[in-house]
Amino acid sequence: MWAWIHRFASPPYFFAVSAKLVPWFAMSALIVGVYGIYLGLFVAPTDYQQGESYRIIFIHVPAAWMSLFVYMVMAVSAGIGMIWRIRLADMVAAASAPIGASFTFVALVTGSLWGKPMWGAYWVWDARLTSELILLFLYFGYMALQSAIEDQSTADKASGLLAIVGVVNIPIIHYSVEWWNTLHQGATVAKFDKPSIDIDMLIPLLLMAVAFKLFYAAVVLVRARNELLYRDRNRRWVREIISSL
Amino acid sequence: MSGEQFSWSVFFNMGGYAFYVWTAYGLTFVVLVLNIVLPLMQRRQTINRVRRAIRREAMKSSSTQEPIES
Repeated sequence: MWAWIHRFASPPYFFAVSAKLVPWFAMSALIVGVYGIYLGLFVAPTDYQQGESYRIIFIHVPAAWMSLFVYMVMAVSAGIGMIWRIRLADMVAAASAPIGASFTFVALVTGSLWGKPMWGAYWVWDARLTSELILLFLYFGYMALQSAIEDQSTADKASGLLAIVGVVNIPIIHYSVEWWNTLHQGATVAKFDKPSIDIDMLIPLLLMAVAFKLFYAAVVLVRARNELLYRDRNRRWVREIISSL
Repeated sequence: MSGEQFSWSVFFNMGGYAFYVWTAYGLTFVVLVLNIVLPLMQRRQTINRVRRAIRREAMKSSSTQEPIES
């Protein structure tokens, strides 16, 4: 197991294997995503309370899930990078930040576009919305620290620390709809009893969640490869690969 | 959208919520495309940067190999 991890985390090996994985993740993301959109926009029934506006759910909810998921990947990778000094983990963390930020942005904007017709306002300072906005700023903070600090290992430590401290925000986002009286509706899927959502709505929702995860897998690998090329730009193996391109 | 015959104009109208639904989907699409395009551009830039460095060093080493004193 450890040997495997160290082998996979060896830069040239990761660089070669990830190149083979990216097209598979990308293709399956496209297929699952197109099917999910089709089911969500054409097949899923109209919501009896929210009419057709609810169809925003098929991107809003998966994007919001991704904003949390990517954050956890980023924080855990940063932690692994700090504790076990696996450079690749730091690179995955750095590669995740902009993707996570963009999913958070999508969750906020699509939520706002759903909130306007349903609540009458694009934005309210509700606990769920505010904590999600803080998540966006945590991503921005991580990216700012990464780019502001010249020395790479100091940058990884400082931004990683921010990412780890910021994890406290994750349960706050998740439970905000229960802990506070929010305008944002409660959970309909992640509940212990049966999800209170029609199966024809649930399936496209879950498909979109899978598609976003596959999309993230493809893009985070591309970005981690970029990080690797850049950070090892003065090393022999990168020179050799680039000369042979 | 079950029941009556399918119509594209009804579909695009989204029960009167067309602006909200299509802006949300359109924006998400743009963000996803940027997530693909930006890293690919970044990759190009890094590769070009390393290529330039390789060329620079090759020039430097070939010039130092030449006899300095005659």
